[in-house]
Amino acid sequence: MSPCAGLLPLRSGTVRLAEVDPGRITSLMPGPGQAAALDRALSETHGLGWPAPGQAILSQRGGVVWTGLDQAMLMGPAPDPALARHAALTDQSDAWAVADLSGGDGPEVLARLVPVDLRPQAFAEGATARTLLGHMTASITRTGPETLRIMVFRSMARTLVHDLHAAMDAVAARRGLDAGGPPR
Amino acid sequence: MRLPGRGRNAGAEEVRFRFDGRDYRGRAGEPLAAALLANGVRVMGRSFKYHRPRGVMTAGSEEPNALVTVGRGADREPNVRATVQEVFEGLEAYGQNAWPSVHFDLMAVNDLFAPFLGAGFYYKTFMWPRAFWEKLYEPGIRRAAGLGVLSGEHNPDPYEKAFAFCDLLVIGAGPAGLMAALAAGRAGAEVILADEGPEPGGRLLSEDERVEGQPAQAWVAVVLAELAEMPNVRVMTRTTVTGAYDQGTYGALERVSAHMARPAPGLPRECFWRIAAKRAVLAAGALERPVAFAGNDRPGVMLASAMRSYLHRWGVAPGRSVVVFGNNDDAQRTARDLAAAGVHVAAMVDARTDAPEVAGVRMFRGAVVTGTAGGRHGLEAVTIRCEDGRVERIAVESLAVSGGWNPAVHLTCHMNGRPVWREEIAAFVPADGAVPGLAPAGACAGEFSTRGCLEAGLRAAGAALADLGMQAPAMEAPEADAARYRLRPLWAVEGRGRAWLDFQNDVTVKDVKLAAQENYASVEHMKRYTTQGMAPDQGKNSNVAALAVLAEATGRGIPETGTTTFRPPYVPVSIAAMGAGAQGKGFAPERLTTSHAASRARGAPMIEAGLWYRPSYFPQGDEDWEAACRREARMVREAVGVADVSTLGKIDVQGADAARFLDFVYTNTFSTLKPGRVRYGLMLREDGHVMDDGTTARFGETHFVMTTTTAAAGEVMAHLEWVRQGLRPDWDVRPISVTEQWAQFAVAGPRSAELLDGLIDGGLDKDAWPFMSCGKVTVQGIGGRLFRISFSGEEGYEIALPARYGAALFDELLTRAEALGGGPYGMEALNALRVEKGFITHAEIHGRTTAFDIGMARMVSAKKDCIGKAAATREGLSGEDREQLVGLRPVEEGARMTAGAHVFAEGAAHVRENSEGYVTSVAPSVALGGWLGLGFLRNGRARHGEVVVLVDHLRGRRLRATVQDPVQYDPEGVRLRG
Repeated sequence: MSPCAGLLPLRSGTVRLAEVDPGRITSLMPGPGQAAALDRALSETHGLGWPAPGQAILSQRGGVVWTGLDQAMLMGPAPDPALARHAALTDQSDAWAVADLSGGDGPEVLARLVPVDLRPQAFAEGATARTLLGHMTASITRTGPETLRIMVFRSMARTLVHDLHAAMDAVAARRGLDAGGPPR
Repeated sequence: MRLPGRGRNAGAEEVRFRFDGRDYRGRAGEPLAAALLANGVRVMGRSFKYHRPRGVMTAGSEEPNALVTVGRGADREPNVRATVQEVFEGLEAYGQNAWPSVHFDLMAVNDLFAPFLGAGFYYKTFMWPRAFWEKLYEPGIRRAAGLGVLSGEHNPDPYEKAFAFCDLLVIGAGPAGLMAALAAGRAGAEVILADEGPEPGGRLLSEDERVEGQPAQAWVAVVLAELAEMPNVRVMTRTTVTGAYDQGTYGALERVSAHMARPAPGLPRECFWRIAAKRAVLAAGALERPVAFAGNDRPGVMLASAMRSYLHRWGVAPGRSVVVFGNNDDAQRTARDLAAAGVHVAAMVDARTDAPEVAGVRMFRGAVVTGTAGGRHGLEAVTIRCEDGRVERIAVESLAVSGGWNPAVHLTCHMNGRPVWREEIAAFVPADGAVPGLAPAGACAGEFSTRGCLEAGLRAAGAALADLGMQAPAMEAPEADAARYRLRPLWAVEGRGRAWLDFQNDVTVKDVKLAAQENYASVEHMKRYTTQGMAPDQGKNSNVAALAVLAEATGRGIPETGTTTFRPPYVPVSIAAMGAGAQGKGFAPERLTTSHAASRARGAPMIEAGLWYRPSYFPQGDEDWEAACRREARMVREAVGVADVSTLGKIDVQGADAARFLDFVYTNTFSTLKPGRVRYGLMLREDGHVMDDGTTARFGETHFVMTTTTAAAGEVMAHLEWVRQGLRPDWDVRPISVTEQWAQFAVAGPRSAELLDGLIDGGLDKDAWPFMSCGKVTVQGIGGRLFRISFSGEEGYEIALPARYGAALFDELLTRAEALGGGPYGMEALNALRVEKGFITHAEIHGRTTAFDIGMARMVSAKKDCIGKAAATREGLSGEDREQLVGLRPVEEGARMTAGAHVFAEGAAHVRENSEGYVTSVAPSVALGGWLGLGFLRNGRARHGEVVVLVDHLRGRRLRATVQDPVQYDPEGVRLRG
């Protein structure tokens, strides 16, 4: 069962929140001095690379999203076994609830919950942040001009949807738009 | 009194509203205070202590008198300033601190006792008897003195919190702020322009003057139109910047819907913003200050600048006739403008002998107002003492007062900056660099001419743009009034009768002098002795005058006397706004396991473990918790039980130095652990106390899986990161949490192997899975992990599959368990089973216990170092004086125990000094009958067999219990080795 099963999708105002199946999620933690080699291996095997802090390297088939010191998540494909020579690989496919918030008001919605400037001029495509979403730790990545990908721990999926729904409705109310979801 | 055809809002829609139960008509969007004045209502509030009738004094958020309660029922809001609340169709407001109404208040009897209620009277009067203070005096005083009250009901209004970001935050949209925003906006900077009012413009909306050759209000409209066209400029109205904080962060309160008759569903009442700005311009303006003289609190007395605001913005005059009293040229403006509007200006009283003329108005130069007369509901006459000492009485309905202006320096003091006295304007101005990145400009920096403010705004924007590496646009400040501000300081007029300084807290000149006389000579002491400067207005209208009076009374200068500390928030912020989103489900995240729905479906009540929700027990029929607990525990002892243990922390530790690393963080050795095996480990904090315990399994040479307790999962993960990054950065070790990846279930009991044999692909070969073994398995082809470990004392396993299969696995386990006479067990049974076995949880390792205390001193390896080892050897952390872990069993079979009880020796009085320990965990025991407990007892290991008394003072219970070994069931561990 997916983490947000029965909770999503939602629409409110101009913003839509939908669960995403991210495929495989594998945490990559390069060994000492291995980042450059891992970068090459990611490039050769997946057409991706090792991201700088705060960056995600995205392609049609997936991406590598920075998530912390010496740590990133390979999203989408199963990891090529060659990567294991340069990094500790850990399957995290089931650890995250992943949802896309799309629409021009996405940054306005997240401004109710996230203390990071997520407007496109400050947070361009490929930017990623580990931050708070309400009381939860989250990973947020801009994957498109009007799409922000949000990841929180799987166990918190219901709270994620609750908090985002409230923020979406509040922004819709400010815009004088109908909230699409059921009444709170 | 409404002046026909006057006011910027002359064309506004007429609406009906109620105040104190009476119906009135006003203009939509004008302040409630303006609408009440237009209807001839002069008494809008009652004072805090003496219940004196008070009228509106100002036209801004600093208003000390006209505080009202808006709305009724659960969502009513107290202490709303009538100068801020906008009128809308159907608005209902009520006066406060009065009974039955502000117009006729029986509690005004307090005023008759005023001679006894002076400064410090509480301290002198209610000291004895001491016990009466809390129960009798204080509640009584609180009832009689005060402000509005909350409904006491759940607040149904939505509130909001939000973050915003900009290059330049401009605080205040008067001439300086508009100019700064315009310049920065034209330069392309991201600008937030925040203003308290519903429309930007500041004093330019309240004055009759010209900017760039056109009426000032027309110039404002042109600027706003240009700003509205700029996508990089965000104008936030009804938004008060309330505080300045570190690193360019500002708090701001936006009143989103409090001015609307029918807000859209879901629209918040208020939003509390946190604005991160690279630079800020403070253009907060200045606050006009009153002069203290006898009877200066009578309704009808108002600040001169406020009168101009009411006249020019809302077409309202406070009465048919006015006397203006001032000490600076601004007061003349009020006389001039009111006269031009057809109001009878009976006199212009100016303390200066060289005061300028106002055409057609009788002048009193070098004169002061010494007193007022009138009924309780308003001013009827003023007394003037002329330069030559002659006294004249003039019948008049209202009095405008100006004692000069105080720059609104408040935000510059929020990071401990102290304002600086400037003699020529007799006012405090911001200290340079008081808040990093924030530049005061215009009136808040002591520049009072319109032209000067426009120039200052432009200059401040230019400096900010230069800091930001941006090019300032080529532009000049427009032409405007550049007249110099001239005044003669005047704080208080000598005379008989009470002269009010702090209207909100009923503090008079005499009170401040009394404070000085009683040696509360420091301004901070004077504040606390008199209460001057407390409460919603925080002394905005009275601070400078009060300290000037104090300075004179103590024979010091004003700068030496200094101000009290201005702290955030600048205006009152409701807790609902600051805590927005935290009601109900927003209070804390809920972490739910994959078995949550199935457990709920079986009627299991949930218990919170950190943020996790775990099933307490699975009731059958009409079982209570204890019956269910006993049945479930027996089921585990006799058949098989299934429990979700996914909430325990799981950390994958990989890397060439992983084994060394574990040796360093655990007290015992893991480098000797063979792959495929599991070991129990104990972890200490650096101070030598126990941090956590758990099992760690070795899956490969360089791959371990650590488990932590549910409670300490986050703490342990953070600890490992700290050790890796801070203490052993040279080691190759890479820990990562996998708690959420795996759904993990304990399968425990004599039939557990039988259950798993049918579940695991290829069956379970018990010989290949001895106690404390681990390995990979598959279930229907899905890769998982199996651990043979036990927290119940029975033969037990934990099986983990990726979380997406958790719900299905739980179903499958329960189906198989029930076929074997077993089923699910909850936290209560889990607890009962482990208490019988003496297994610890964070009830025991609560942060103040050592390995010695819990009987695990031998687990601290002598052969290696580990975190906390050195500190644990400190004197006092081991030995006979320590309270040590023991088992406790009631002497009277079946007696119920309570955790939290204290342990006393038999015969000892049950007082704190005699406490020798405490009970940490209790549970019903199916193995031994009755109840069992764990606890700590001084030198407990040497006292097994002794009878002690457990006293629970909180619940009023006591019972006798025998001290035992903590492991009270199957001490040899025969059963768990199965």
